[in-house]
Amino acid sequence: MSRSPSRAPGAPAAPPSRAEYCVIACAEAWRGAGEILASPMGTVPSVGARLARLTFAPDLLLTDGEALLIGADGTVEGWLPYRQHLALVAGGRRHVMMGASQLDRFGNQNISRIGGGSPPRRQLLGVRGAPVNTLNNPTSYWVPRHSRRVFVEKVDMVCGVGYDNAARHPATARFHDLRRVVSDLGVFDFGTPDGSMRLVSVHPGVTVREVREATGFPLAVPEEVPCTREPTEEELLLIREVIDPAGLRGREVPEGAGR
Amino acid sequence: MADKMMTADEAVSRLRSGMTLGIGGWGSRRKPMALVRALLRSDVTDLTLVSCGGPDVGMLAAAGRVRRLVTAFVTLDSVPLEPNYRAARESGSLELTEVDEAMFLWGLRAAAHRLPFLPVRAGIGSDVLRPGSGLRTVTSPYEDGEVFVAMPALRLDAALVHLNRADRRGNGQYLGPDPYFDDLFCEAAAEAYVSCERVVDTAELTKAAAVQTLLVKRHTVTGVIEAPSGAHFTSCDPDYARDDAFQKHYATTPWPRFAERFLGGDERAYRAAVRSWREADR
Repeated sequence: MSRSPSRAPGAPAAPPSRAEYCVIACAEAWRGAGEILASPMGTVPSVGARLARLTFAPDLLLTDGEALLIGADGTVEGWLPYRQHLALVAGGRRHVMMGASQLDRFGNQNISRIGGGSPPRRQLLGVRGAPVNTLNNPTSYWVPRHSRRVFVEKVDMVCGVGYDNAARHPATARFHDLRRVVSDLGVFDFGTPDGSMRLVSVHPGVTVREVREATGFPLAVPEEVPCTREPTEEELLLIREVIDPAGLRGREVPEGAGR
Repeated sequence: MADKMMTADEAVSRLRSGMTLGIGGWGSRRKPMALVRALLRSDVTDLTLVSCGGPDVGMLAAAGRVRRLVTAFVTLDSVPLEPNYRAARESGSLELTEVDEAMFLWGLRAAAHRLPFLPVRAGIGSDVLRPGSGLRTVTSPYEDGEVFVAMPALRLDAALVHLNRADRRGNGQYLGPDPYFDDLFCEAAAEAYVSCERVVDTAELTKAAAVQTLLVKRHTVTGVIEAPSGAHFTSCDPDYARDDAFQKHYATTPWPRFAERFLGGDERAYRAAVRSWREADR
């Protein structure tokens, strides 16, 4: 389906794409967050954070992806070089949404390497700030292609700390708080007694069975699984015409691709 | 008044195999690439690198100069994964001490402050603390009794950084949006070598820029190297942006072929080779 950024007045808007449901699901991570830094990594979370700021979370702080804090219209409002960013993480007034090469049922995340031995089978990025993030500020994850390669029984290296590992260090992990996981199939949290992953909603068109088949561990599934909410007309307009008119979100989550 | 001007080759001639070497910048941003290229021309090897890794790590690893790397990541930014670094890691030729970004910063601060360690709430519960990491914990002596990683000081035998401007005495200035950790690298090192786009008179440093841009202080600097385009192909804002086309060429060309074509001669030969690549291959 082709979609032009602007439509004729009165013409019906195209229905939300999968990428747009993902944007909504990411934006919801920052609802009620108040005056903290939103650190989205990846295109869809970045569009989501800007959408949240332009609608229901106007006090969020956002960066330009480098060292500047910028307003909704791009106005520079502050300076946040890496060293201050890391101080801000330690202070906890931040909610980061990271990527994950692997993610397990307790929310342990790996972006460092594939293969647990030495040498690694595949060397990836490295732990980056995942250890400090997960012990200090709310953390969510974004997975653009939900599969058993990502959602694994056990990660090859714990970079981001999950609930089972946090439970072993209760004093140090007192600020540990994994909020949600958004994938191209649905939304998840860790709201179970043992902190294991739970299905919160599926995006319209996705079945619970599809989610289970693409997940490499047993997933907690409530009896009624709602659909991810619909974007409002205003939100769709903001996504399509203000925040991401070039449609970069569709490159991260192609419509109907590969499954 | 000490004049610390030297060439890149003179700076590198003061380094020794087996050293622990800190390299400034971040990923593919403001890396002291002219100094790295000089290092590749030398026979210095068996290095322990401490770096927020980018192509500096990839090139030195590809040339077999690195025994061990201390880092939180290696990336080319616009190319997420550094191919030469990955190849070295996957072949088992490069040991890795992997720490979190905050641990890295705290480690440089500990060294700059001459402390043996600093406590940091990062790493606990993650595999950076796995057996063999050498990392230990420290317990708060106060009522909270919290346990932290005791991040050991990242003491450096030498540091290499690249800045926008410097004077001949080693006062260094950054003009881009982020200082990265370059001042800390210099403070954590026994010797520091600062390359810059342009050496200027001291008085000129504050003519057009605020005094807060004077990042590196001369008492931490051993040598000053004038190296125009000295961060190429990484970014050096606002003097120039990353050369993404050339970086892509680096990332997709087998290392021996890349090294032969671009790194066989001195810095002038490098710039000429890049120019002729740009004219011929784009």
